[in-house]
Amino acid sequence: MIEFRAVTKKYGTGAFGLDEATFSVDRGDFVFMIGSTGSGKSTVMRLLIKELEPTEGTILVAGRDISSIKRRQVPFYRRNIGVVFQDFKLLPNRTVYDNVAYALQVTGHSRKEIRAKVPDILRLTGLSTKLHNYPDQLSGGEQQRVSIARAFVNHPPLLLADEPTGNLDPETSIDIMRLLYRINRTGTTVLVATHDHAMVDKMRRRVLELSRGRVVRDEATGLYTRDESTREFAQRLRSPAEAPQIL
Amino acid sequence: MKHSLGFFLRESLRAMRRNAAPSFAALATVTVTLIVVGVFIPIVQATTGAANSAAGKVMVDVYMQRHATHAEDARVMGELRRLPHVQRVVFESKAQALAQQRKQDPLAYELLSGNPLPDTFHVYPTAPSAVLAVRAEIADAGGQGQMLDPAIASVSNHTQDTKRLLTVTRFVTITAALLAALLIAASVLLIGNTIRLSLYARRREVEVMKLVGATDWFIRWPFVIEGVVVGAAAAVMAIVTLAVAKVVVLDPLASNWGLISAPRTIGIVPLMFVLLVAGVGVSAVGSGLSLRRFLRV
Repeated sequence: MIEFRAVTKKYGTGAFGLDEATFSVDRGDFVFMIGSTGSGKSTVMRLLIKELEPTEGTILVAGRDISSIKRRQVPFYRRNIGVVFQDFKLLPNRTVYDNVAYALQVTGHSRKEIRAKVPDILRLTGLSTKLHNYPDQLSGGEQQRVSIARAFVNHPPLLLADEPTGNLDPETSIDIMRLLYRINRTGTTVLVATHDHAMVDKMRRRVLELSRGRVVRDEATGLYTRDESTREFAQRLRSPAEAPQIL
Repeated sequence: MKHSLGFFLRESLRAMRRNAAPSFAALATVTVTLIVVGVFIPIVQATTGAANSAAGKVMVDVYMQRHATHAEDARVMGELRRLPHVQRVVFESKAQALAQQRKQDPLAYELLSGNPLPDTFHVYPTAPSAVLAVRAEIADAGGQGQMLDPAIASVSNHTQDTKRLLTVTRFVTITAALLAALLIAASVLLIGNTIRLSLYARRREVEVMKLVGATDWFIRWPFVIEGVVVGAAAAVMAIVTLAVAKVVVLDPLASNWGLISAPRTIGIVPLMFVLLVAGVGVSAVGSGLSLRRFLRV
């Protein structure tokens, strides 16, 4: 699904965003990307949505070299990727319903389709009662669920989440992770950047660790059962941390 | 296009409702600017009109010999009319001249027994700038320093005055044109800046739209429509203000005071039209263009 081949991103200031990073993510995977601030997690995300261009190296998404996508085609490319941010990036002037509907309006869905799809996705994310609230009337966790609903309403094959729980308390974070896991189970590839080590250790999913723009750890642990239900998943997250299992 | 005009219209109305303050700032700026432009256009026209009408009064006075006969008058009239650059020749007999002068200064002319004034021709050139050439043709026929006709006694000599008048007229016209250009440039910059500020307040929104996969024009249309609506509303407000000012202030003045109504200026209806087109055009193009830098995400 995603393949980074010796990707380097140098910023104008001379700092390295990424330094010959090489890794790949398979279709349907749930992958954590960890690392301290400035390690290059956000650079990976911004490269994937073509907000940035790599200085060197090749990025393949769904088998396609994304540097071949022209500026004019970028919007159409982005419609295949759901993105969730730490700061939610909701449209402040729109209700929950309209925020989610916007992602569908962009792609030219009719009002009828929108009326059918939006309530569904909001039910999935547990926001049925907040349809007509504005973002500033919601809690952080609710706002993040709106942004996940918006990212997923088009059923994109790839979902990127950049520090989705960075602004949330632990209990709410578990809810959000659970929601991302549920989305992953529908076949969507999910890539989550975070610095919440405790959460990552408990989730037992594949972990990519970045440090100063390099991939320093890539554990395709295989410690988890793929068919775990979301309930079991959440229970495990709430349980006290087990001894780290190192391969 | 997949999206209807209705969708974009709803989007822009929603944006205006939810961003009332920046929209109002843009509205106020455009209104004030249009009012200034609307006042300035007739003023420029009146000034250049006044200058031109002063220049239009430029003429050459040809004084006949005191004893000139009617036959000589007729001959000179014909000769003057045949000169190049002459548009019109008006004859004023000595009797008419006397009556005219007596009206202006009754006391001085009461003392006179006879009529000291000669028959006079007022020669109007085709263009004010040709006046000196016409004068030369009459007073210095063929470059010989002789009058065009022996029956002509003298030709008015206002060379200096005429030159000065022409200079002043040209200066006024150029200044007015320059001021108009400056004002228009200032208006465009002012309106463009206000629009840019109100867009700056919404740059995050634009960024999010781009991340969701909206195309540039999908984002831009509501902004352009918003520009059209704000521009049109501002133009209407400016036009109403100007119309009220005209009826309440200008019309009573004009009927009492000839100066204002004298030069021909633009009518209120064409002026309205110009302001409407300018308001809508500048606002719409301004929003569309200013948005460009925020679309680069």
